[in-house]
Amino acid sequence: MKIFVDRQLCENHGQCAIAAPDVFRMNSEGILEYEENVNDSLLADVEDAMDACPVQAIFIQDQP
Amino acid sequence: MTRRIVIVGGSMGGLRAAEQLRAAGWTETITVIGTETHLPYNRPPLSKELLEKPGTTAEAFDSVKFRHRSSVSDVQWQLGTEVIGANLAENTLTLDTGETMAYDGLVIATGLRPRRLPLTGPLRGRHVLRTLEDAVELHQELRPGTKVAVIGAGFIGCETAATATKLGCTVTLIEGTSGPMQRALGEELSAGIRDYLVQQGVTYYGQAKVAGLLSDQADSESDSSCNGITLSDGTEIRADVIIESVGSIPNIEWLEGNDIDISNGVLCDEHLRVVGTKYAVAVGDVARFPDLRNGSGARRIEHWSIPGDTAKIAAKALIAELNNTALPEPAIPLPSFWSNQFDLKIQGVGSPNLATRIVELEGSAKTPHDGVVMGYYQDEALVAVVSVGLPADRQLHYRQLVDKRHSDQPQQDTQLQAI
Repeated sequence: MKIFVDRQLCENHGQCAIAAPDVFRMNSEGILEYEENVNDSLLADVEDAMDACPVQAIFIQDQP
Repeated sequence: MTRRIVIVGGSMGGLRAAEQLRAAGWTETITVIGTETHLPYNRPPLSKELLEKPGTTAEAFDSVKFRHRSSVSDVQWQLGTEVIGANLAENTLTLDTGETMAYDGLVIATGLRPRRLPLTGPLRGRHVLRTLEDAVELHQELRPGTKVAVIGAGFIGCETAATATKLGCTVTLIEGTSGPMQRALGEELSAGIRDYLVQQGVTYYGQAKVAGLLSDQADSESDSSCNGITLSDGTEIRADVIIESVGSIPNIEWLEGNDIDISNGVLCDEHLRVVGTKYAVAVGDVARFPDLRNGSGARRIEHWSIPGDTAKIAAKALIAELNNTALPEPAIPLPSFWSNQFDLKIQGVGSPNLATRIVELEGSAKTPHDGVVMGYYQDEALVAVVSVGLPADRQLHYRQLVDKRHSDQPQQDTQLQAI
């Protein structure tokens, strides 16, 4: 699956890095870095991250 | 025959419960009944971004509506409907339409409503902030130069005061016994943020008790508007808009008459199962459940992260009970919260209100705008960290310290171990 974070919305709360540490992490400046292409086996973690995001900035992009 | 789980409460807790029931394997019917006419939406922006610039009600809703997992596309939403009674022994609900609805499993997710001040006098000009409509209507009143009194300096009161100030209003913030957010943050950080809010232009009254409302027409109460408040010491504060942010009341009246404890929310066990009945769980703000992390007894937690966390536990427990299968050990939620006020970004993790000792870990509570980290200790154990302006990677570090404290602790009863 393909992950997209809306940087206009993202406030770098870091909740996603707790829910899905294999996909999202906060760098040493406190800014989100994430994997764009993620194995489907991580769907549950990614969904938890989407839920936990206070500004609801994480999206799974539909496959073309 | 297909069984039905009814979720009472059509807000975030209701949606998360539906999603977690599907995630935990429930393929049978789910019905959600909610009093609001909107599908679930995110409330934190209502005192911040959305209050500042809502647009129309439709645009406002669009900006805060929750996306739903595809797994809940077949969930039945019965919105604009109130459940007015429940018979938990018979597994039935009474709706305000007069209809009786039977359930196999029940999720209680009715949340909170704002507490109102017990004041007589004009009603026009008094506001609360809980729903989308509240925010859109309040925004229309917050014109530049308008005098606003915010009563109650919790998170919502402080955020609302900041937003109204940004919109050009003249804002007075009135707090009762303590400082702003003092119960959540402790005395020192509360005082630092109070001074910051004052620097930003908010007039602050502490140790104040609201005694009454002032009216623009002393003789005609029915058609009058508030134009101020009086404090118990006689001080008069002029205000055309009065915002009551004095806490919340759990929506539990519909559960009266059942043999369960609803004295402060719904008493649950660590699986969020309602104590004293079967096939019923509670999620979100309305659930009072044991704090296994700190051993501090059952309590309600009014933080944004709790509906999701409790839904996850409750969904598994309800399905296990309905299917008569083994109950998984419950996760133990770690509360987290945040608040934005002017340029302050406050972030917290854990339960600061349990602290017996509060320590500055970084920076100074006197100058929160320059960044500060406070550690909250219950005896020697770190039970919470609150930071202002701290980058997220550092917050994660502190979160791990608060969480580690739990996982490192020897458990007296292995049943209580987090999964």
